[in-house]
Amino acid sequence: MARLSGAEILLECLQREGVEVIFGYPGGVVLPLYDALPRYNIRHILVRHEQGAAHMADGYARASGRMGVCLATSGPGATNLVTGIATAFMDSTPVLAITGNVARTLLGRDGFQEADITGITMPITKHNYLVMRASDLALTVREAVHICTTGRPGPVLIDIPKDVFQEEAEFEWPEEVRLRGYKPTYEGHAGMIRRAAQLINEAKRPIIIAGHGVIWGDASRELIELAEKAQIPVITTFLGIGAFPEDHPLSYGWLGMHGMYYANMAADNADVVIGVGMRFDDRAMGRFKDFNPTAKIIHIDIDPAEIGKNFATAVPIVGHVKNVLPRLTELVKEATHEEWIAWIDRVREEHPSLEIRETRRLIPQYVVRTLYEETNGDATIVTGVGQHQMWAGQHYFYKRPRQLISSGGLGTMGFELPGAIGAQIARPDAEVWAICGDGGFQMTMQELAVVVDEQLPIKIAIFNNGYLGMVRQWQQLFYNRNFMAVAMTQPDFLKIAEAYGIPGIRVETKAEVRDAIRTARQHRGPFLIDFMIDQEENVWPMVPAGAALKETIEAPPEELVR
Amino acid sequence: MSSRNGRRRVNQHTVVAIVEDKPGVLMRVASLFRRRGFNIESLTVGPTEAQGLSRMTIVVDGESAPVEQVEKQLYKLIDVVKVSDLSNEEMVARELALIKVRCNNLNRHEILDIAQVFRADVVDIATNSLILQVVGDEDKINGLIKMCEPYGIRELARTGRVAMVRGPKTTTVHEEVPESIARIHASQGRRVEGVELPFSSD
Repeated sequence: MARLSGAEILLECLQREGVEVIFGYPGGVVLPLYDALPRYNIRHILVRHEQGAAHMADGYARASGRMGVCLATSGPGATNLVTGIATAFMDSTPVLAITGNVARTLLGRDGFQEADITGITMPITKHNYLVMRASDLALTVREAVHICTTGRPGPVLIDIPKDVFQEEAEFEWPEEVRLRGYKPTYEGHAGMIRRAAQLINEAKRPIIIAGHGVIWGDASRELIELAEKAQIPVITTFLGIGAFPEDHPLSYGWLGMHGMYYANMAADNADVVIGVGMRFDDRAMGRFKDFNPTAKIIHIDIDPAEIGKNFATAVPIVGHVKNVLPRLTELVKEATHEEWIAWIDRVREEHPSLEIRETRRLIPQYVVRTLYEETNGDATIVTGVGQHQMWAGQHYFYKRPRQLISSGGLGTMGFELPGAIGAQIARPDAEVWAICGDGGFQMTMQELAVVVDEQLPIKIAIFNNGYLGMVRQWQQLFYNRNFMAVAMTQPDFLKIAEAYGIPGIRVETKAEVRDAIRTARQHRGPFLIDFMIDQEENVWPMVPAGAALKETIEAPPEELVR
Repeated sequence: MSSRNGRRRVNQHTVVAIVEDKPGVLMRVASLFRRRGFNIESLTVGPTEAQGLSRMTIVVDGESAPVEQVEKQLYKLIDVVKVSDLSNEEMVARELALIKVRCNNLNRHEILDIAQVFRADVVDIATNSLILQVVGDEDKINGLIKMCEPYGIRELARTGRVAMVRGPKTTTVHEEVPESIARIHASQGRRVEGVELPFSSD
C-alpha cells in the first residue's frame, strides 16, 4: 500500500485499466490532475472544445473496440461534454467521462464554475459517480470501467471535486468488483435458443437483421456461420453496417428510412425476423404498427429491456451474441431458402436502389462510389449526420466491423471531425476519411487544430451543397419547398484548412473527383477536399416520416427528376 | 389492492424495488419514470432489514406503462438490486393517513364514532379540531375521508402504499458484499461529515 493523492490514484487506476489516451481540456479544478499527468504513461490529447473530447473518445472506442476516455473541468467544461455523452449513450459505446468539480466545501453553494454534472447526466449515462473521498476513488474507477465496458456498453461519468484530487489516501488496487445491482446476462436461455432454432427451421422466409450489438459483441464471424448454414439473407441496421460483409452473397444491404428498397421489402415480407444485437428503432422499422404484422420475431440482445420495448417478440433471447449465435447455429438445420432468396434477388434487380445515375452535374453518390473504388473498399469512414451520412452508408460497401463510424441514435451533427480524430488515434495505420456535411463541419471544425497538433493523416471530404441538405430535402418534400433557414453562406473551407496548415483542393466537376481523391491519398498528412456537390440532390430511397417500410419510395417522384 | 381486500384496480401495479442506499438513487428512479412517461401514483422509500439497502414501493399507473417495461427499465439502473411486481401476488398493501378534521363541542362525538368504525386513532385533539390517524388500504382511507368531509378537513397527509407478499415468500435480497467494498459503497457520493474540510476555490 502506498499513500497517494486522489489525482495519482485516479491515474494509477486508469493506467492499470489499460488506458493509453485521454482526450481532455484543462481548467481550474482539474489542475491537480494535470499536475500529476506527466508522471504517468498516458497520452493526453488537447482538444479545442470539450464536445470534441467526448466525440474523440467515442470515435476512439468505435474504431478500436476499447474504452475511450475524455476529461473536462467543472461547470462549462463538464456541460460541454453532454452532447458527446448522449451520443455515446444512444449508440451504446464505452466512453468514460471524467470531470472535476468545485471543492467539497463549495458543492451545492453555486461556487464558481459549479454545475451538477452528475444530476445533468443521469439520464444519458449508464451510471455516474460523484466521488467525495480519495479513499473511494480506486473502487469507483474499477466499477466505472466495469460498468462502461461490460454488458451493453455505455458511457459512465465520474465527477471529482478539486480537493479530492488533492486529498491523500492509502492506495490499494481493488481486486474485485461486486455490484449487487449489475449482473449482465451472457448465456442465452437454452430453451429459448431451442425454440428459436425450431422457428428458424420451420421458416420459409427468414431474415436476419444485424445491429451494432454484433459489432460490439465481436460476433461477425459467428453471424456469418449462422447465415451460411441455414442460407438466411442478412440485412443490417445503419449502425450494424459492417457487421456482415456487404460483398457476401447473402448480404442485402441495410434497412430503414434511407435503406435499400429490397432490404426494406425483405424485412417486410419475411415470415421470421431474427433481430441480432439491435433495438428495432423507429428509423429502421418505419411505422411500428404496420411493420410486417405476420412475422414472428426472434430477438437476441444483451439488454433485456430492449426486448418487447417496440415489438411483441415470439422468442426473446437475452444474452451475449457471441455465446448465443454458435449455440443457435448448432441447432439450426441446413437449408437453402432458394425461393425466398430468388424473390429478394428479383426485387433487387427491379429496384437496385444503389445505381449511380449518369449526370453531368457533380452528384455526391458518384463521389462516395469513386472513393470506394479508389480506396479498394478498405478505408475507415467517419461521417456526420444528414444527407452525406446516408450517401456514405449507401454507396461505400463495407467489408468489416468498425469500418463505418457514425452517430446513428442521437444523430449528432459535428461528430465527423472529432470522431475521425479519435478513430485515427486508435488506429494510426488505418486510412481514415471524415465525410463531412458543410453544416456539421462548422459545428466542430475547431478540432482541425488537433489534426495538426497530432499530425494525423486524416482525409477530410466536405460535401458542400450550401444547404442543411437533409432539412432542405424535408422542406422540399413535406413543406412545399418552403426553404426556411437552410441555405448557408459557407466560408472558404480551403482557406480555413490553410489557416491551420492543412492543404486542400476544391472539386467542382465530376472529371476532377478521381484525381482529387488520388492527390489526397498520396499526400502524407491531412488533406481536405471541398466537393461542390449538386445543391438539390436528395437521398433515395426514402420511407417518408411516419410511413411503413412497405411504403418505401425508391426513387424521386417524376416532378423532382432533373 | 389485494384481491382479499376487495376489488383490484386493474390498471394499477405495485412494484417493489430494493435499491442501494446511496445519494441520488431516488432521483435516478424518479427521472427514469419521468423520461419514459410512466406515471407514478405513489412512491414510498424506507430502510430494509439489510444494511445498505432501501425499499421503494412504487404504485404505477399501468395505462401509462407496461409493467414489464417498468421492471426492466428499473433493473437497468445499477443501484437497483431487485425488482418485484406484486400485482399478481397475494399481498398486504397498507397506507397511513393523518386527517385534521374541523370539529366543535356539538359534533365531536359524531366524528369519534366514525373514527371508531374505521378503527382510526385520535392522535391529537383541540377545541376546534382533531387529528385522526388511520391505517389501511386505500379504499378504507378514502372511505374515512369521505365521512369526514362534511365536517371540514383542514389538512390531509397520506404516506402512499407499502406492500408485502403474504406467506413465507419474500422480495428481499440476501447477498453479502465483502466488508471492504460495503464500506466504500456506504460512503460513495456522501458528504464528508464531522471533518473541517479545507476551503479552496479556483
